[in-house]
Amino acid sequence: MENLVEIKDVNFSYDVRPVLKGINMTVPRGKVVSIMGLSGCGKTTLLRLIGGALRPTTGEVRVAGRLMSKLDQDGLYEMRRKMGMLFQFGALFTDLSAYDNVAFQIREHTDLPESMIHDLVMMKLNAVGLRGAQHMMPSELSGGMARRVALARAVALDPMLILYDEPFTGLDPISMGVISELIRHLNDALGATSIVVTHDVQETLKIVDYVYFMSDGAVVTAGTPDDIRGSNAPFVHQFVWGEMDGPLPFHYPGSEYAADLELRGARA
Amino acid sequence: MPERLASGLRGIGHQVVNGVWRLGYASRFFLLTLLRSPTSFRRFHLTVREIYFTGVLSLIIIIVSGLFVGMVLGLQGYETLQKYGSSEAVGTLVALSLTRELGPVVAALLFASRAGSAMTAEIGLMKATEQISAMEMMAVDPIARVIGPRFWAGVISMPLLAAMFSAVGVFGGYLITVVVIGVDAGAFWSQMQSAVDVRHDIMNGVIKSVVFGVAVTAIALFEGYDAPPTAEGVSGATTRTVVTSSLAILGLDFVLTAFMFTGI
Repeated sequence: MENLVEIKDVNFSYDVRPVLKGINMTVPRGKVVSIMGLSGCGKTTLLRLIGGALRPTTGEVRVAGRLMSKLDQDGLYEMRRKMGMLFQFGALFTDLSAYDNVAFQIREHTDLPESMIHDLVMMKLNAVGLRGAQHMMPSELSGGMARRVALARAVALDPMLILYDEPFTGLDPISMGVISELIRHLNDALGATSIVVTHDVQETLKIVDYVYFMSDGAVVTAGTPDDIRGSNAPFVHQFVWGEMDGPLPFHYPGSEYAADLELRGARA
Repeated sequence: MPERLASGLRGIGHQVVNGVWRLGYASRFFLLTLLRSPTSFRRFHLTVREIYFTGVLSLIIIIVSGLFVGMVLGLQGYETLQKYGSSEAVGTLVALSLTRELGPVVAALLFASRAGSAMTAEIGLMKATEQISAMEMMAVDPIARVIGPRFWAGVISMPLLAAMFSAVGVFGGYLITVVVIGVDAGAFWSQMQSAVDVRHDIMNGVIKSVVFGVAVTAIALFEGYDAPPTAEGVSGATTRTVVTSSLAILGLDFVLTAFMFTGI
């Protein structure tokens, strides 16, 4: 199967602090692939490299065969017109209604008449179940509704690649289930490819085709959801089952407990 | 001691390098805004919308302040001129003070506090809530779509607000000196008419207000765009906008006055 996204030997550093270390990854067309790991392990940075917002220190990021780091602004914008992105908290434009948020990209990039834009926006809002909330402002929407409007906006131009940055953060269980179902459903309905960056294990494993597990800037394991569930790798096991202690210790490294309590006879 | 001196020097050097870097970044931002301005005129409704937020919504503070400044000028002018038996010249004093100096300067200071701070906070919050990043990911250039229309709205609004300030100020001076104190209305208006020169006084005032409009709006937009995406960052940027704009207005006013009215 042809790969839509190919990441080869990517290293990335902020100043001198290495964030990504030798990442290799492929995302086949039509699949939903998840990148999982703890907060701060470099997942979002990787997503920004795929979107062309950052350039790798070394290595290659290719989307649809094009090397993202070599594109100029016009080339980058041309690629981004074929991508959609759902941000962590939706990032809806607060001065526009739900309808205008979804219509924003269509109005910016096409010369379609307003009647046709109306039909397209209605279809996208209907797909996320919020046709009835078209006139509401972002401040009037609940967290889950805002995320759904943002999802409708992300797929407004039927992108070939949809990027999700922590789509489940801060959502109640029902909204979480709705969003995860929509991610799968929209991907299949649009014939798109999706990359879901998250640390929400159980919800994600239900909908994705493949998972990359990251820790400390490197891919530590990869496989299908069943592979991940059955993994005996200590870190993956601790992460998937939410165990309190394991390779990632409960206690942050520090001085001895007794010494901190200033107990008599404790070593300084 | 030498170590402390070296550390102090390093600190100063660091500040200077940071300052120069930021100045360069601000200049690049300003140039990009100008280069990507065609969108602001091609889709003029975006600029008109911003003129409403920056200009129309600033009218109340401009009109009320203009009225009070004009009334105070009338009172003070009458008090001083009366001693020399030329109280009819109060109209000239009020009009020249307003058109040459107070109109552009005070209107710009008010504009910086009201509209400039609002622009910085808006752009800063758009950045903090990832709206700017979202726009970039949608292949929409935020400089062309967000910054350009706000910049030109500020540049267009500022001279109109200054003109409004001066006009209302003259009316305030008229109210106090003619209606309340009883200075002759004919003398008030005719002396003003003969003393105020359209090119020398009014046009120079308009030029000043355009320059202030460019400075205040550019500073406000840059501070917002460059604000760290945190509550503290946006708050600091808003404060910097008001302080930097106010100093820039007063500094530029001195330079412009020196060139326009004293022939330096």
